[in-house]
Amino acid sequence: MIEQAFRDHWGRVLASLVGFLGDFDLAEEACQDAFVIAAERWPRDGAPANPVGWLVATARNRAIDRLRRQRTLADKTRLLREPIAAEAEEDLIDDQVIADERLELIFCCCHPALAIEAQVALTLRALGGLSTEEIASAFLVTPETMKRRLSRAKAKIVATGIPFAVPDGHRLPDRLAAVLAVVYLIFNEGYGGRVDLAAQAIRLGRELAQLMPDESEVLGLLAMMVLADARREARLSGDQLVLLADQDRSLWDFERIDEGRSILDRALALRRRGSYVLQAAIASLHCSDPVDWPQIAALYGELIAATGSPVVALNRGVALAQAGFPEAAIELVDGLELDGYRYLHSTRGELLVRLDRPEEARAAYQRALELTTSERERQFLSRRVAEL
Amino acid sequence: MQYALLIYERPGAYDAVPAEELEAITGEYYAIARDERVTAGAQLQPVSTATTVRFGDGGSVMTDGPFAETKEVFGGYYIVQADDLDAALAIAERVPAIRLGGSVEVRPLVEPRA
Repeated sequence: MIEQAFRDHWGRVLASLVGFLGDFDLAEEACQDAFVIAAERWPRDGAPANPVGWLVATARNRAIDRLRRQRTLADKTRLLREPIAAEAEEDLIDDQVIADERLELIFCCCHPALAIEAQVALTLRALGGLSTEEIASAFLVTPETMKRRLSRAKAKIVATGIPFAVPDGHRLPDRLAAVLAVVYLIFNEGYGGRVDLAAQAIRLGRELAQLMPDESEVLGLLAMMVLADARREARLSGDQLVLLADQDRSLWDFERIDEGRSILDRALALRRRGSYVLQAAIASLHCSDPVDWPQIAALYGELIAATGSPVVALNRGVALAQAGFPEAAIELVDGLELDGYRYLHSTRGELLVRLDRPEEARAAYQRALELTTSERERQFLSRRVAEL
Repeated sequence: MQYALLIYERPGAYDAVPAEELEAITGEYYAIARDERVTAGAQLQPVSTATTVRFGDGGSVMTDGPFAETKEVFGGYYIVQADDLDAALAIAERVPAIRLGGSVEVRPLVEPRA
């Protein structure tokens, strides 16, 4: 019961406390106190009718207690937005009355004045409720390093006056892009390790979609993540990567694919096609049978215009080749300045094999072999060279 | 909160700027200085006027020039009173130096003891 409540309510309760206190550490301690008290009382007395209200009221009361004990209430009251008239009654606060301040919290955690690693860690801690140890293990650093990273970030928020607020209209697009980049980064850290970061990212994406239902890029990112996640079981065989064409479709989660597509439809209905919406549309097409490669190539064309990314252009090259235009594909790929990128050379190798230019293909695979750092890829590429 | 906007410029950034544009840039600096949130500010003389004092053998040592050779040189500052970091950053974004290869470092001031 309490684990579920923690997952469901941690972010919202913490957001409310940070908004109330203006102090991350104190807010976290108070929220932890509140959940500890809930763990004692709820199994005995039953969960309250308004769990968020109960948790927020309890956490506020605990924070006030802590401040009094430290005898610094007088100093700290300037931190409080509203005067403390009386301690709140836990059971009388309706969940609806508690303002949902998760957006303020996430924009604060993803402020560009913080290092990107700190934004990611802080978002997982504050919104996801992950412990310092869990975040450390997910990013393969020691708990001490992660603890320092988090406390440095929290100290910077206080010391520099990073606002606990949703940015104004003219700043919102840039700042929302920063938030989405953090969620995307968490998603891309993926499935390895003790913590399922992809699931965390999808959860964050769902919360954002609920809080900002009219932002097409928010819906686009969520749709893209859900659609990619629907194929996760099919993407790996043992520890080997399985290419799309070879994936066992019976392992795809078609319910999730439907869900992802309906989120994509909502995004498309808003009539703005940003980079996440385009990526979701591509992911949706990847889930069709047969795959509509010309359409995917066209969408990659739009995505190149939106991002200017040569890696996206490389993907367009692959789609063009799949659509039956390997000459156009090699022409595009040869024009890219990505010499240090191993997938450029492995892709060139594949294209040259198809075009029956084995000597050039061999050279391309050799270059990819020089650049790769993964044993799994080395084996794959060596096999390709041997087959020539 | 109070913030310092520390303005760094690329040496020679103004060399190729025509006179009337220079005039316009100066106007922008004055306009920022007139913002009611800007409580102080100054432009420094060129770095060629700098003298650096350090502690060396047997006492303080003076040398001609700045402390370190850097790609950007400190050219001036504003002190601003702003509600939060975003408000301070919004003022920093208006500083012409950032368009001319320079940068603005935004740092909160230590609050004076009560």
